[in-house]
Amino acid sequence: MSRAVVAGTIWLLCAGIAAVIVVHAHYSTDLSAFLPRRATATQRLLVEQLHAGPAAHLVIAAISGGDAAARAAVSGYMTQRLRTNPSFIAIDDGDEAQLQRDRAFLFEHRYLLSARVTPERFTAGGLHEGITEGLDVLASPAGPLVKPLFLRDPTLETLAIIESLDASHAPHTTAGVWSSPDGARALILAHTRASGGDIDGQQAALAALRAGFAAARAVLAPAQRTALSLTLSGPPVFAVASRATIRSQVWRLSSISAACIATLLLAVYRSLPVLAMTLVPVASGALAGVAAVALGFPAVHGLTLGFGVTLIGESVDYAIYFFIQRAHDFRRAVWPTLRLGVLTSVCGFAVLLPSAITGLAQLGLYSIAGLIAAALVTRFVLPAWVPRNAKVRDLWAPGEALERLAGRMQRGRGVLVGVALLAAALLYLHRDPLFSRELASLSPISAADMQLDERLRADSGAPDVRYLVVVSAADRESALAAAGALSARLTPLIDAGVLGGFASPSQFLPARETQESRRASLPTAETLRIRLAQALIGLPLTAARLAPFVQDVERTRTAALLSEADLQGTSLGRAFDALLVRSPPGWSALLPLSARSSGDLSPQAVEAVRSAVASVAVRAELLDLKGEADRLYATYLRDAVRLACCGLIAIVALLAIALRSARRVLRVMAPLLLSVLTIAALLVALGHALTILHVIGMLLIVAVGSNYALFFDRAARQPGEGSVPLILASLVTANLATVIAFGVLGFSSVPVLADLGSTVAPGTLLALLFAAMLADRPAPSAQA
Amino acid sequence: MREVAFACAVLGCMLTLGGRPLPCAAAEAATDPTAFEQLLQRLSERRHGHVAFTEVQQLSILDQPLHSSGELLYDAPDRLEKRTLEPRAEDLLLENGMLTVERGHRRRSVALQDFPQAAPFIESLRATLAGDRAALERYFTVHFSGNIDQWTLELTPVDPLLRRSVRRIRISGEHDRIRTVEIHQSDGDNSTLTIGADIPP
Repeated sequence: MSRAVVAGTIWLLCAGIAAVIVVHAHYSTDLSAFLPRRATATQRLLVEQLHAGPAAHLVIAAISGGDAAARAAVSGYMTQRLRTNPSFIAIDDGDEAQLQRDRAFLFEHRYLLSARVTPERFTAGGLHEGITEGLDVLASPAGPLVKPLFLRDPTLETLAIIESLDASHAPHTTAGVWSSPDGARALILAHTRASGGDIDGQQAALAALRAGFAAARAVLAPAQRTALSLTLSGPPVFAVASRATIRSQVWRLSSISAACIATLLLAVYRSLPVLAMTLVPVASGALAGVAAVALGFPAVHGLTLGFGVTLIGESVDYAIYFFIQRAHDFRRAVWPTLRLGVLTSVCGFAVLLPSAITGLAQLGLYSIAGLIAAALVTRFVLPAWVPRNAKVRDLWAPGEALERLAGRMQRGRGVLVGVALLAAALLYLHRDPLFSRELASLSPISAADMQLDERLRADSGAPDVRYLVVVSAADRESALAAAGALSARLTPLIDAGVLGGFASPSQFLPARETQESRRASLPTAETLRIRLAQALIGLPLTAARLAPFVQDVERTRTAALLSEADLQGTSLGRAFDALLVRSPPGWSALLPLSARSSGDLSPQAVEAVRSAVASVAVRAELLDLKGEADRLYATYLRDAVRLACCGLIAIVALLAIALRSARRVLRVMAPLLLSVLTIAALLVALGHALTILHVIGMLLIVAVGSNYALFFDRAARQPGEGSVPLILASLVTANLATVIAFGVLGFSSVPVLADLGSTVAPGTLLALLFAAMLADRPAPSAQA
Repeated sequence: MREVAFACAVLGCMLTLGGRPLPCAAAEAATDPTAFEQLLQRLSERRHGHVAFTEVQQLSILDQPLHSSGELLYDAPDRLEKRTLEPRAEDLLLENGMLTVERGHRRRSVALQDFPQAAPFIESLRATLAGDRAALERYFTVHFSGNIDQWTLELTPVDPLLRRSVRRIRISGEHDRIRTVEIHQSDGDNSTLTIGADIPP
């Protein structure tokens, strides 16, 4: 069997296995790729909340343009149509009917819902006190509001319940429906049934909203129709958009990169067969990379494939070196240097493997597997397959021109001292803040979309929930009971002015046990009448007037307990569903807290809540979502910087072993470090706060740039091996390919991809330039 | 409609914010047609007021009237505050179009524009305090009687929808000093707010 057949058979076998793995792999595009794999319990809760918490279901739909009446009409029509749509748990536009249903529910079931219902409350003394309070409210400016209820609810339990609900953030109302504070946009709040992971479900819900808007608009006069427009925002919108973006970008960026690089190579090689052969290691690498990630992780993330574009940039280099630097002595002259280059790159990517961020770990594995596969194919398959008569355009002449240019540039290498000093000075000037401190900088959502979301959230009066108590229990009933027990501890904090308010699922549907004990507190009609007669002594009304009150108490006393079905059709039901969630292995009740004035809780308030949480015998934890997220990010950033430093040390160690000369290691490393320094300075000077992706990008500059520096090193050390003009020609071609691949990535609308591209593309260009300038004087034979 | 009644009650009270006692020199006799103009002129000159009040409410659901008392504050042009002290402390503040109720540590704010039916009332009552006749007559039929020494202003809502909750507001006073505000609700309930002494700063 010839070498070509053996190589081809092995390659085909490997490729076949990889292809099978790739086809059967799971692919995901959700937003969690940049959230931690390994985390503390608190961080897991945080991620769960970001992923599936109440906020993750909320879509804010804003209708703008036209006049207020038209907006309200469309809003009402849409809401009514979509209320029966199974895509939504709830959809509300704040119309009067909804408000009435909510109030009716609270009023109807007040003696089961109010935490003030105890046996003492219904003694003569308790009733006297309660009714006196009720009369005080009746005499106050709020009197006209409670007057219609007073004879049925003289202790004003309904008011107490309404006050205990944290409704201070309800949206404004214009023309009878929710609107932005200035009235210019009508607002609809929709809660999708599909949660974080179910992007298809979320997409269906968004499509239903758009279709509902189109149908509602069609009812209007043509002149008004065109004036109105619909804007959607919220986590489901982001999830759907980011999947679409990732899908289209991965495809588009890969195609553009591939097309540009193919054009470049065709221009260089002037040979279609050689171009086709060049793509073999690249394609093999990509296949091996995806297969490795599929084996190493539960699902391959779409962004990993996006980052994978970068692999084209590096693995195509190997074939370029193979074809341009005289293929016949490849094994002896090119391969040792290339092998060292591959190893340094692998060192660089290997530090990503232990990263807690799934996306980066996947990128690391993908790249390592891809590069090794591409290098092996270049070493063992290409030499066997390439026909002896394959002709690549002779690049000797342009190579010589490059050599002369390099020689001239080397005379100006003193400039680099100035570059280094200038870059260091710039970094020093921008040292605070050098790094972005917010987790949001890792989000694949564009800044414009974030701004829109913030505006709509402010409009709807639904600011991001920052503080959340999460109560966990084995089953629903226990979670509700625990939430109720905790609520009892939190309520005094509101009265003491420590806390502005909180929400709890137990406010809408108390645990059965709680309901039973409240119901048992209610006296019979006969007893109540007797006690009332006593209680009303000295008050400005007689017991006879309160007959409706006695009737209502008797009705509750003999009626069934509340169940979830009673919440149907109210917006309270929606709140309940959002606050009591299944979270394996049990159930979680969520209690969002709000500060007294708008803004954050004071440290004392946080402390008070913590001790309240600790005083209840339930499994509960106070989460500061933003603080926790930023702490998480700070940890990542520290990790990333530490990992990058480890990678750097590993690369230097590898070079020291391979080159056995401190001077040569310094020669190789100097242009790379200088390039990293310059890129960091340029980024901060252009107003970027550095993110983790920039740090990773700098590591890649070192990993990729080391190939260039090593070839310069070899040219200087072993003048007999290979020709300097051809090396230069291959380096420039390889660098152009890399710059194209990363440069295209730099134009991505996904921030994480753009950050990486805009760091690596100019960085590798500078690395080549600096490596050429700092190379040792070529040996005498090359100078001749 | 309950919100309207609420806003009227609130602002009826606020309307009674008395001003400085009239200087002696200004006590000239006035004829009817110009007295109203004069009154509005006087009212508009007032920049600040801080007085005590007592309020009596007759409600059909109760057998006896309800009493409350406290302080009223006004700062031109649009800050009004009613501090009820008895029988139960409650603070009500209208400022920059926001109505804020504070009881104990609980505070609740609503924007006036969220109550589209109440907004004209509040705006017009504020206008009375500022002496803005045009704004006043946009929402009420105004009947003035008496003279600057002893006057009565009867306000009847123009909008029939509003008239369903408030039938009539009757304000009486002497010079630029308001003495009583009576609010007659359409369900027969009424309240009388009586202004007491100035509270020195």
